[in-house]
Amino acid sequence: MKRVVFKSRWVPAVAALPQLLLIFLFFYWPAVSVMNWAFTLEPAFGGAGERIFVGWENFTSVFADTQYWNSVRVSLIFACSSTFITLALALVLALAVDRQLKGSKFFRFFYIWPYALAGPAVGTAFLFILSPERGLMAIVNAAHPDFWNPAKYGSHAMILIITCFVWKWVGYCFIFLLAGLQSIPRSLTEAAAMDGSGPLRRAIDIQIPMLTPTLFLLLILIATESFVGKDTYGIVDRTTYGGPNNATNVMVFNIVAKAFEGLDYSGAAAQSLMVIAIIMVFTFVQFRFVERRVHYR
Amino acid sequence: MIEKTPFANIVTYAILFVALTLVLVPFWIVICASTQSVAQVNAVPFSFVPGGEMLKNYAAAWQRADLGLALFNSFVMAGLVTSGKIAVSALSAFAIVYFRSRWGMVFFWLVFMTLMLPLEVRVVPTYNIAADAFQPFRLLIQTLTGIEVGIDWNLLNTYSGLTLPLVATATGTFLFRQFFMTVPDELAEAARMDGSGPWRFFVDILLPLSRTNMLALATILFADTWNQYLWPRLMVTDPSYSTAMTALRALRPSENGLPDWNVTNAGALIIVLPPLIVVAVLQRWFVRGLIATEK
Repeated sequence: MKRVVFKSRWVPAVAALPQLLLIFLFFYWPAVSVMNWAFTLEPAFGGAGERIFVGWENFTSVFADTQYWNSVRVSLIFACSSTFITLALALVLALAVDRQLKGSKFFRFFYIWPYALAGPAVGTAFLFILSPERGLMAIVNAAHPDFWNPAKYGSHAMILIITCFVWKWVGYCFIFLLAGLQSIPRSLTEAAAMDGSGPLRRAIDIQIPMLTPTLFLLLILIATESFVGKDTYGIVDRTTYGGPNNATNVMVFNIVAKAFEGLDYSGAAAQSLMVIAIIMVFTFVQFRFVERRVHYR
Repeated sequence: MIEKTPFANIVTYAILFVALTLVLVPFWIVICASTQSVAQVNAVPFSFVPGGEMLKNYAAAWQRADLGLALFNSFVMAGLVTSGKIAVSALSAFAIVYFRSRWGMVFFWLVFMTLMLPLEVRVVPTYNIAADAFQPFRLLIQTLTGIEVGIDWNLLNTYSGLTLPLVATATGTFLFRQFFMTVPDELAEAARMDGSGPWRFFVDILLPLSRTNMLALATILFADTWNQYLWPRLMVTDPSYSTAMTALRALRPSENGLPDWNVTNAGALIIVLPPLIVVAVLQRWFVRGLIATEK
């Protein structure tokens, strides 16, 4: 906290006003409407008149919807595997670069590049690169027909969108983990080296435990990002479009489709609230259980 | 390091090289594909050599997705969001850090809460308010005074609609708050003793000190805004406001005959170039901004 502060009533009010106005309009008002829509229904035969309060009806109809449960399952599979693979690869890369061998700056320079690209652009590129008829996988398919076809098999489509996500986000996590590794005192790892422990032993016994705060932060960040982030929607929209047979119909994609193609605002709002609840549970569980094992300096 | 570990070094280099290949090969494939003819791009096995139809493909992509206009719109949008967000968040961080009042804490938490909900989950009601941004005020006036006001403020298919909801989030506020906390108290004290008011202190001392942070934040915001997809996709129906990212939709390969992935890849490359240049050229700032905004 600051010791020195200015005394004025209107200066802070004026300075805060633009932000207040914006978050009121584009954050709090929409949040209130989500609540309103989730518990009410548009009157039949056109929009005139008050919305009708229906209690939990919108939720019960969402819960009865098999497509909704499918999207929950798909989202969980996508988020868990993307988060795990991304963090694991980023950790290996960060440990490798942190050994500071000759030329590691050169590698570091390129590793962040994929993060500059938007999800839909990555999706467009990989749709071509990993297409069954051309690009890389066509050769494999020529030898073993039907070995790879994301347009036909749900599991392949899932692998395709996970690949896009991981390819883009590894560089981002890498940057954070490398910064974390570099803040570990050199004297510590050097002392361990003098005692005769090799690079792998040092990574397991010193570096990774010291990294847990960073890993924890990234875990929450990437889990949320893969669950509801902008890339998830963009990748699915440009590659599989939720298919085949809803195998990649993640929750954000399902909500937008429901609202803007099905024009079911109440159903979409109920689903949005469910996503929000899940994010909160995510965050809570992570703080409650993961943080206990986290080493803080 | 003080030790000799030839085996571990070989393994490390192997990891570094494999990762570099995995990062760069997709770029190379897209570059090659964007210069090949339709027949070449569909050939099995794929040829990792650039073809000779580069100019033709890029011209076709430019025309098909109206990329001149789309890139212009994206630059306008990214520029407005970047400058708007920096201005708004520097101001509100100033209000939070340098003044004490009971409203300060309330305001801080109001801003903090917005981090919990990304645009993707509240996109439907945000769309609704963008279609009629005056709706809450109309309701307010009506309940307070009973007067029905007939003012509409439709933000769909406007630059304000493209940018304002993206300016509203709080990441920048936290970066500035964090930074202002590290500015020595003596500066504000000295400024006050010399008789300068809060505005003077903000403009003449605080802002010049934050230049580095602003640049770091600007690189992130630019790339981030350029890469927005869902919001422009939903709210823009008038093609004269479509952005580079949404132009990807117009670029999908044509269905009749062989799919012309060469044109699609050429267009995609043009579209991703600006943020890629920011990351490659201003990497130091970009990385600094990334780490600073998430702490």
